[in-house]
Amino acid sequence: MTYFGISEADWAALQLTLRLALISTALLLVLCLPLAWWLAHTQRRIKVVVEALVALPLVLPPTVIGFYLLILLGPRGAVGGTLERLGASHLAFTFTGLVIGSMIYSLPFVVQPLQNAFQAMGRRPLEVAATLRAGPLDRLVSVVLPLSRQGLLTAAVLSFAHTLGEFGVLLMIGGGIPGQTQVASIAIYSHVEAFDHASAHRLSLFLLLTAFALLVCVYALNKRFRVAGIMP
Amino acid sequence: MSHPFRRLLAGMAAFALSLALTAAQASEAPMRIAAASDLRFALEEILEIFAVDHPEHPVEVVYGSSGRFRSQIENGAPFDLYFSADIAYPRALEEAGQAASEVIPYAEGRIVLWSDGMDASELTLESLSDERFRRIAIANPRHAPYGARAREALIASGLWEALEPRLVFGENIAHTMQLVQSGAAEVGIIALALARNPAVLERGGYHLIDDALHVPLEQGFIITRHGGDHPTAKLFAEAMQSPEARDIMRAYGFVLPGE
Repeated sequence: MTYFGISEADWAALQLTLRLALISTALLLVLCLPLAWWLAHTQRRIKVVVEALVALPLVLPPTVIGFYLLILLGPRGAVGGTLERLGASHLAFTFTGLVIGSMIYSLPFVVQPLQNAFQAMGRRPLEVAATLRAGPLDRLVSVVLPLSRQGLLTAAVLSFAHTLGEFGVLLMIGGGIPGQTQVASIAIYSHVEAFDHASAHRLSLFLLLTAFALLVCVYALNKRFRVAGIMP
Repeated sequence: MSHPFRRLLAGMAAFALSLALTAAQASEAPMRIAAASDLRFALEEILEIFAVDHPEHPVEVVYGSSGRFRSQIENGAPFDLYFSADIAYPRALEEAGQAASEVIPYAEGRIVLWSDGMDASELTLESLSDERFRRIAIANPRHAPYGARAREALIASGLWEALEPRLVFGENIAHTMQLVQSGAAEVGIIALALARNPAVLERGGYHLIDDALHVPLEQGFIITRHGGDHPTAKLFAEAMQSPEARDIMRAYGFVLPGE
């Protein structure tokens, strides 16, 4: 089964990349909502430390993150070692390991737009909703999420696109197992190293067009409402 | 401004100035070598001797994947010497008119079984079938010369098919070693020259893989077109053939041409 001259192994890599981007984006959105909310409203001094931690993946080279993750998730690390003692397997060279790596790598791209959106919204709409007897869940679903949809969309798109192009972290902890940890960017790297420029071209072009189509969709949506952060 | 603070500032300025001056000195066109990662330890020792004999000829080395260096040199990267782990790459560069010298064979590489958690000298290729080895690291056989030889040895031993689901792939031999060193892969096939490093040997032995199981890993180097008129390049090419350099290469387990 080959379309556009892309081999079956490369389709598997693309599929894996897509799955990785979808899963890590979904998990990040869920986990970062409360974190961003807390950051937007807390007055505590520890806030600056948490903000610095969240922004850390922006400035660290992906290979540094990958190197520490390999140690942490491997059988001798805190996470991998604990799993081993519990009778489970460590997380290096696994899809779960890649998801954890992607989530750390894309964390600031989700937290920061959400935090900005929550800050811009302020507490006022919630107080009004509360006086109208809206419960906590109702306030979240009917007030917070609709009012911060620009931030949500930005966070989702940035995290998804960022994971599509991720390379260094996945190279360090992945092990390049076809169908399990070999994502598209690593397959392209491997084609280039093996002087298979034709395959590298096809796969790269496909990724390029996908990313372009994704951004066109975002700009089209943007005509209806402005997406904070990445658009003017 | 208080007095000690001003003194500190002056000290910092002097320090910055001396740094800048050393940088300017070093930028007097040092010779640049692109070297395969398996040479990491051996070449460092040879360079130490070279630096003593020729202090006026500074040398810089970048270690990495032989295949990547080939593309980079083809595309005009400013390397003066290119030490490849696979002699086919410098030959290809020579054919493309990118070499200022003949292709000079300098060594033959060997592969070994190595582990960071246990003494691999008691292992054989056959013991890899043991279930306790959940992950086995080799370099990517598609483009890493050592990975290609590892694959050949596993195929020749009739083990490839059984082991394939447990293999993980490093991008080059140094990354492969890193995968084993982290313990994430229990065992791996790496270059003898890397396993021979004293600091690594301390952490357990290695098992030399029979070289009848794979095509010889012939390694070669060239002076690139870029290094054609660099005096240090020729000097270093000669130093590489000196008895001292050959002794070091031999100590790291390389088989030398003509031996």
